Amino acid sequence: MIQIATQGLSRHDLARQDLTSFAVETRDLNIYYGSFRAVKNINLNIELQKVTAIIGPSGCGKSTVLRAFNRMNELVPTARTEGTVRFMSQDIYAPDVDPVEVRRRIGMVFQKPNPFSKSIYENVAWGAGLNGFKEGLGRPTMDEWVEKCLHKAALWDEVKDKLNQSGLSLSGGQQQRLCIARAIAIRPEIILMDEPASALDPIATLKIEELMRGLAKEYTIIVVTHNMQQAARVSDYTAFFTMDNDRAGILVEYGPTNQIFTNPKDPRTESYITGRFG
Amino acid sequence: MKQPVIAPSETSRDTDLPPVFEANLPSRHLQSRLWRAVFRGSTLVGIVFLSLLLYNIANQSFGYVAIGNQINPASLAANGVNLQELDQQTLIEILTANISSGLLRQLEREGPLTKYSRDEVYNLVVEKVVRPEVVQTWTLIDSLFHAAEIRAQAAQEDPQAELHFRSWVTPRLLSVPQSSNPLMAGVRTALLGSLWTTAITVLVAFPVGVGAAIYLEEYSVQNWLTRLIQTNINNLAGVPSIIYGMLGLAIFVRSLEPITSGAAFGFSDPTTSNGRTILSAGLTLGLLVLPLIIINAQQAIRAVPASLRHASYGVGATKWETVWHHVLPCAMPGVLTGTILAISRAIGETAPLVVVGVATYITFDPSGPFSKFTTLPIQIYQWTSRPQAEFRNLAAAAILTLLGLLLGLNALAIVLRNHFRRAGGNL
Repeated sequence: MIQIATQGLSRHDLARQDLTSFAVETRDLNIYYGSFRAVKNINLNIELQKVTAIIGPSGCGKSTVLRAFNRMNELVPTARTEGTVRFMSQDIYAPDVDPVEVRRRIGMVFQKPNPFSKSIYENVAWGAGLNGFKEGLGRPTMDEWVEKCLHKAALWDEVKDKLNQSGLSLSGGQQQRLCIARAIAIRPEIILMDEPASALDPIATLKIEELMRGLAKEYTIIVVTHNMQQAARVSDYTAFFTMDNDRAGILVEYGPTNQIFTNPKDPRTESYITGRFG
Repeated sequence: MKQPVIAPSETSRDTDLPPVFEANLPSRHLQSRLWRAVFRGSTLVGIVFLSLLLYNIANQSFGYVAIGNQINPASLAANGVNLQELDQQTLIEILTANISSGLLRQLEREGPLTKYSRDEVYNLVVEKVVRPEVVQTWTLIDSLFHAAEIRAQAAQEDPQAELHFRSWVTPRLLSVPQSSNPLMAGVRTALLGSLWTTAITVLVAFPVGVGAAIYLEEYSVQNWLTRLIQTNINNLAGVPSIIYGMLGLAIFVRSLEPITSGAAFGFSDPTTSNGRTILSAGLTLGLLVLPLIIINAQQAIRAVPASLRHASYGVGATKWETVWHHVLPCAMPGVLTGTILAISRAIGETAPLVVVGVATYITFDPSGPFSKFTTLPIQIYQWTSRPQAEFRNLAAAAILTLLGLLLGLNALAIVLRNHFRRAGGNL
């Protein structure tokens, strides 16, 4: 976690040398807000370079679990995390781990599009520049990198003539794709997406979904969604969460998306995906 | 057997029927109109009092003035040439012939009279020899509506005096220092004193206040200590300003005298042997407005949406990078609004300055943070407490100057704020 990728060897190469084949593993993960236990005993192994969807009814702790993967919960003063979360077999909650470094390697896209009040170019370049982006060495310049990230986010053609305009001048769907470009600009290994399309119209949603499929070739994507069709369309694996009697979130079932949607093992999963509750 | 008494309406109740809605819209509209009238009334009251204030000031600032000269300038005319057109040499002769030897020595101590320009000598002649004095003043309203009567009255009571329509607010008012003769007096010293003090106040209170607000909002952990500090800051914003004056006297004027008098920096002003300087006053006012700035900056920072912070942390920014690049630019318009309020408060403060030891009568410009000074509110107070009516005209003119200064500084802050708001950050 702390070690920095050696020159010439990308972090993806390093990851492949790891003993584990999982991007994220949680063991007995419990998250509390004050005295309230929001999620209970989560054991989950997220596959590398796949899209994993987390579905479940409102308030079952999906987003809380997602935010535990890049230590975003720490921004909530009352939040407390127990258990282990391993990223590439390293415990990200170990005392010597810097949360800033965790967030730099595990990027995030939020529910509401939240571009910076900077130019479109700066929105993408800011995070990269902050994290020590170096030009030269036969690698892309910042301009090239920004263009590439905007291409990957399927936004380049729409914004190439107005890179100096404010990111806030874009439409909601474009803003969200800008946020995706911003997230991939720092070369994370995992991208966490917290209901990335819930604030968007169906066409913008479709674009984001296409994007997720495309990005899955390069990145591990974990997406929280309310929309079961979306989970079925974009994900390789699906985790179904629900609430137990203490209103704490629990993981009910986790497996390949096909199996979860066609042949769920747990009756609670079945009743949720067939629309009987939630 | 007695039947239990049941109200008739109870017996006829049928819970299956839909409820009846009374037609009450007219009375609700009436209520709403009533409240509108009340609110309009309170706005009107405010406007009336504001107009009265402006009327009062304007009434005093302009109007007829009867000016009598100790020596008729016509009698000073030499060889048939008017006093106004005399050359420098003749003016110097008139001056030396008509003033006391003591005054002459005092003037020449600063250099020979020939060193002065012709206009300066002329002004000296007017001031020291002709010695114009206000005989009587009239208000603007009287001057406008009873001009004929005023002329008749002036001609009857003092035929020697010249009657002018005078605006007490003149460019000259801003450019000349205090004087015991109301016709010669100006607010230059006080204006400069006010500007100096406000500048020091802002330079001290703005960075300290915004820094404290950032710490309290972004870094501090919520516990009993921070809550105690927060409560104290809120209370300090309401502490009477005279208390801050006492504090300033004890700390800046007395305890820190070597620093505030400039002695520690090898600066010695022969006229200030103590810490009653601009620096002390600026620091005192800085303390006074600090809670205001902190509270307003805190509110502005708190209003920055959490999503913006998350976005910044999400791309691997540290706390400082998040605060500097996103939170502060977003909060800046609110922070500057608080600063506008603070400046307005500081520039009008009188009581703490009296305690800190502001000079009331001073004729030389402040030369730096270590000099003696006076400020506009002090000057106004001093003039209004004089028995002569013409000083009240002067005070009204100084009030207009103070209002103008306040407006100017606020406009500057508003321009800055709009700049930040338009930029919507540091775009």
